[in-house]
Amino acid sequence: MPDAPATPMLEMRGITKSFFGVPVLEDVDLDVRPGEIHAILGENGAGKSTLMKVLSGAHQPDAGTIVLDGQEVRFGHPSEAQNAGVSIIYQEFTLLPDRTVAQNIYLGREPHRGPLVDTRAMERATADLLRSLNVEAAIRPNKAVRSLSIAQQQTVEIAKALSFRSKVLVMDEPTAALSPHEVAALFERVRLLRERGVAILYISHRLREIFDIAQRVTILKDGRRVGTVDVPATTSRELVRLMVGRDLDNYFPARAAPADVAEPRLTVRGGGVIGVLQDIDIEVRRGEIVGIGGLAGSGRTELAQALFGVRPFDSGSVEIDGKSIRVRSARQAVRRRMGFVTEDRKMEGLVLPLSVRDNSLLALRSLGSFLRRGRSAIPIAELLKILELRGAGLDREVRFLSGGNQQKVVLAKWLASAARILIFDEPTRGIDVGAKAGIHDLMRQLARDGAAILMISSELPELIGMSDRVVVLRNGTIAGELSPGATEADIMFLATGEQDVAGAA
Amino acid sequence: MTGGLTQITPPSPELAIPNAVDAGWRDRLVRSLRGAGPIFVILVVLLVLITLRNPNFAKPSVFLAFLKAAAPLAILAAGQLFVIVSGEIDLSVGSLITVVVTSAALMIAGNPALALPVIAVLFGIGILVGLVNGVVTTRLGVPSFIATLGMLLVLSGGIFYLTGGAPRGSLSENFRAFGRGNIEGFPVIGRLPISVVILLVIAIVAWWLLHRTNFGQQLVATGGNSRAAQLAGIDIKAVRTVAFILSGISAVIAGILLGGFAGVSAQVGQTFEFQAISAAVLGGAVLGGGRGSIPTTIAGALTLQALFTLLNLYGFPTPIRDSVQGLIIIGAVAYASYRLRGAR
Amino acid sequence: MTTPPVTMPGGRGSRIEAIRSSVASTNAAPIYLVLFVVFLAAWLIVSLAGGHFVTIDNLTSMLVRSVALGIVAAGQTVVILAGSLDLSVAYLISVSALISSLIMNGEPSRIVVAVLAVIGIAVIVGLANGLLVTKLRVNAFIATLGVGLILRGLLNAAFDNFAGKVAPQFEVLGYGTLGPIPWSVIVLAATMLGVWFLLRSTRFGHHLYAVGGNEETARLSGVRSHRVVIGAHILCSLAAVLTGLFLVARIRAGAPWIGPDGGYDLESIAAVVVGGTALAGGRGGVWGTFAGVLILAIIDNAFNALQFNSFVKDVVRGVIIVAAVAIYAQRERRAGR
Repeated sequence: MPDAPATPMLEMRGITKSFFGVPVLEDVDLDVRPGEIHAILGENGAGKSTLMKVLSGAHQPDAGTIVLDGQEVRFGHPSEAQNAGVSIIYQEFTLLPDRTVAQNIYLGREPHRGPLVDTRAMERATADLLRSLNVEAAIRPNKAVRSLSIAQQQTVEIAKALSFRSKVLVMDEPTAALSPHEVAALFERVRLLRERGVAILYISHRLREIFDIAQRVTILKDGRRVGTVDVPATTSRELVRLMVGRDLDNYFPARAAPADVAEPRLTVRGGGVIGVLQDIDIEVRRGEIVGIGGLAGSGRTELAQALFGVRPFDSGSVEIDGKSIRVRSARQAVRRRMGFVTEDRKMEGLVLPLSVRDNSLLALRSLGSFLRRGRSAIPIAELLKILELRGAGLDREVRFLSGGNQQKVVLAKWLASAARILIFDEPTRGIDVGAKAGIHDLMRQLARDGAAILMISSELPELIGMSDRVVVLRNGTIAGELSPGATEADIMFLATGEQDVAGAA
Repeated sequence: MTGGLTQITPPSPELAIPNAVDAGWRDRLVRSLRGAGPIFVILVVLLVLITLRNPNFAKPSVFLAFLKAAAPLAILAAGQLFVIVSGEIDLSVGSLITVVVTSAALMIAGNPALALPVIAVLFGIGILVGLVNGVVTTRLGVPSFIATLGMLLVLSGGIFYLTGGAPRGSLSENFRAFGRGNIEGFPVIGRLPISVVILLVIAIVAWWLLHRTNFGQQLVATGGNSRAAQLAGIDIKAVRTVAFILSGISAVIAGILLGGFAGVSAQVGQTFEFQAISAAVLGGAVLGGGRGSIPTTIAGALTLQALFTLLNLYGFPTPIRDSVQGLIIIGAVAYASYRLRGAR
Repeated sequence: MTTPPVTMPGGRGSRIEAIRSSVASTNAAPIYLVLFVVFLAAWLIVSLAGGHFVTIDNLTSMLVRSVALGIVAAGQTVVILAGSLDLSVAYLISVSALISSLIMNGEPSRIVVAVLAVIGIAVIVGLANGLLVTKLRVNAFIATLGVGLILRGLLNAAFDNFAGKVAPQFEVLGYGTLGPIPWSVIVLAATMLGVWFLLRSTRFGHHLYAVGGNEETARLSGVRSHRVVIGAHILCSLAAVLTGLFLVARIRAGAPWIGPDGGYDLESIAAVVVGGTALAGGRGGVWGTFAGVLILAIIDNAFNALQFNSFVKDVVRGVIIVAAVAIYAQRERRAGR
């Protein structure tokens, strides 16, 4: 394969973006050459998706320029970017499941004669696109997208990008939902695109893939570009080191001493959910915080949902406080004094039109009777003072609160119901630094008061700083357990399954 | 105001309440009434306009007659509010009213001794209808629009079966008394219509159920965000089913009152469900669920009735009230959605 | 680099394949099976009871009874596919019947004016519905219910009995035949085919499915979703007006109760839903609706032949609608949606 030409197809310079005063990208540079597969690596929150959204026109940068094929551009709307030749394939496909492949690809620009769609031309063009990706046998233009597998739907998205004669194609975690066999097929197609001179941005966590397919990799950390290296010249160890490894000068409350940790409150043995989790053995003791780490898609949230009865275990046993039980619904879990602080507080944790008070009482209501709700261990007002919920009266509608305050209301809900086993899924996501510390302190205080806490987090400093032990999931099962003192790199290695992979030739 | 700001927004004066949570349900009542303000103002304005047009309206007996006429709708609207607040809709109540009236006439056949047992049977029917609506909606995955529409058809079929087009039988005097009768001998006002008393009782009970019981608050949470409610352990299926049952019961009561007030006919309940929904929406209920209050809904029903009365006084033909209702309901919803979006 | 010449697989085979896959993709197939079963069952039961089901007269009368509902249900299909719905159709039918009959007043020369007038009304009403739903963001249920109530009020205030008279030549729409086939059935067929063609082969139809399926995705691809929804509402109103014209051709004069008495609002939605078009929009088609209309007509007819009273008919209809939606809902659930 001859060297790709040196003049970049895409240059992003000095891209800076903040949301509500919180910086998300700071002075990021990126360039991609035609026919290059350029990987973008970084943990959650490093800024990868924001950078791509800026490129696609979904967000406007506060500063910086984008130069596409020698011309400076500014996209106000994703369809502008698409028409200019920049296509993005997100993890959640934007396909209409009930329409055919051809109809999806040509939505809004159907070949037509007057008001009539020229279906034959549309399907012929689609067949051409599919043929150029070598899938014309498996995917017919007139099949409904719903009937295709995920891998095939992704191929349709690629075909759609091709139909725009894209110069730049961005793929966001393309292999997250694919089997190894499908991954190989995808790589075939990506190489085809490369031969056609398309510049490809490949966002992924999976180091092995990056070594398989990319020419260069840019690493983002905390909104900054920490480096761009040639893949042949690096190792996975170096990449991980660049990705993580901050100084842990963030304050975290002291971990539990061995004496503080008592008997197990929650024990899972051999837990499994068909197609999602297998062989889960986990134990959470009174007084401890067990961290759950792993990449996106490794099954962390599914584990939480299984424990809480939302998508119960199909196999294995669960014991709460020593008693073997089956938790088959959220209602049962709540009655067993479990609490679940979900990842998405607006969709799942709060009833937005209701007040602070009413949201705090929500779990108590399910513990009560027809007439009366359950009694709160601590009066709500007291609770909110403890949580330091300032600036919002009890009757304020929760939808007006800041992210940090909203999360505190969610916490208040479970504290009021005296939940003794708490599951936190990304407890401080979308919360500013000041409020984060407050929540961390609260969590540790809860543990000290005898709760058993399971904490899922994608933020490695938080995972390391808060947990008494870290259990790392990979592909739906437990990859390993780490004791305090583990490094971010240790966690990342377990999560990706890499040991030391030397740079591919 | 929104977003991840750490700035402390100063609480507005009316929110500066002392720490106790259940501090004064009186305070909360006042606050919620003030928040729902518009409908009460509109109601008062309409009542004033009516009085200006017909000064007799200020007399207790005339005003009470107005309330007597409004009572069935107000009660039905209160029942419908439970369903709407939970995020659903009940289209079957109009037909249920007609079933109640025609089957009561058939069963009582003019015999006063049968009045009470028949009323018991009617409540049984109402509860059963609500139960079926609830189960079909929550367990069979059928949207409540379709489920209650199906029930509407089943009930209309029932009406034809019972009446063959012309109602048979007749109500007894003691049955009619609920809708038509009065309690005599009051100072100042003279006679108090029984239906007004019933309206008051139902209003208080409904208010208590929705705003003061655990069930009511669970219902509101379910309508506001059923996923969050479910994850907090609330049994959203049970709670929604009870709401349908309450709606059915309210239809039975409204039917009993209407039977006495308007007499027996095969059209007595027609379009009442839409009027009830309009009243609730006027009172600030949101069709997606999560918002609404009993006092404002009843005010909404009275407002509709006042509006119809005013139109009558000005000599508009009766059917025009439908057009007016159409305009109002569109206006109320458009205004509400505009406010909801703007308030973000 | 030249791409190899495109070779499409052989003509006839691929066309059959295309038709088969398009029928399957409209989800209509299962409901036709149900229609077939219902037809057989009705035939069996009626024959056993000593009646005659499969006679030319009977079949024709079933078809004619389907015409009114069928035309308006076709319009309702369009609007539901767009993710909206129309509860004003019943009153619009009455308006159309009354206005046309008043304008015609027995004069054949006034037929054209009458028809144009009601078409104009359809456009206005459809526009109103569409604007309320898109620009004012009023819930479709409320918006069209409100418009329906406005129409109802105006109707009942102005009329309480038959009014006007249809020109005798116009009655051919209701009673005339072209050979053995009634004109009304031809109009129904033309409407169905027209809507089918619109949905399948025009850009509007393609965009309609997209907007109903996921409005955001459609807009991202540059589809003007508001225009599509407004257009859908106008089409539905036109269908309602056509039904009104058909009905007045049969009844010979307009009356305010024509629309509501036939229950055309809820029944048209029922036919659409039974036929497999999802209330959420984006999925389904007019042939499913047609099957739904026929099923309801067969049941009606069989019950009349068996002299069941209305109680059973309405109950069965109600149960069928709920059961159909429940079955479709279970299918969605099992497919993991």
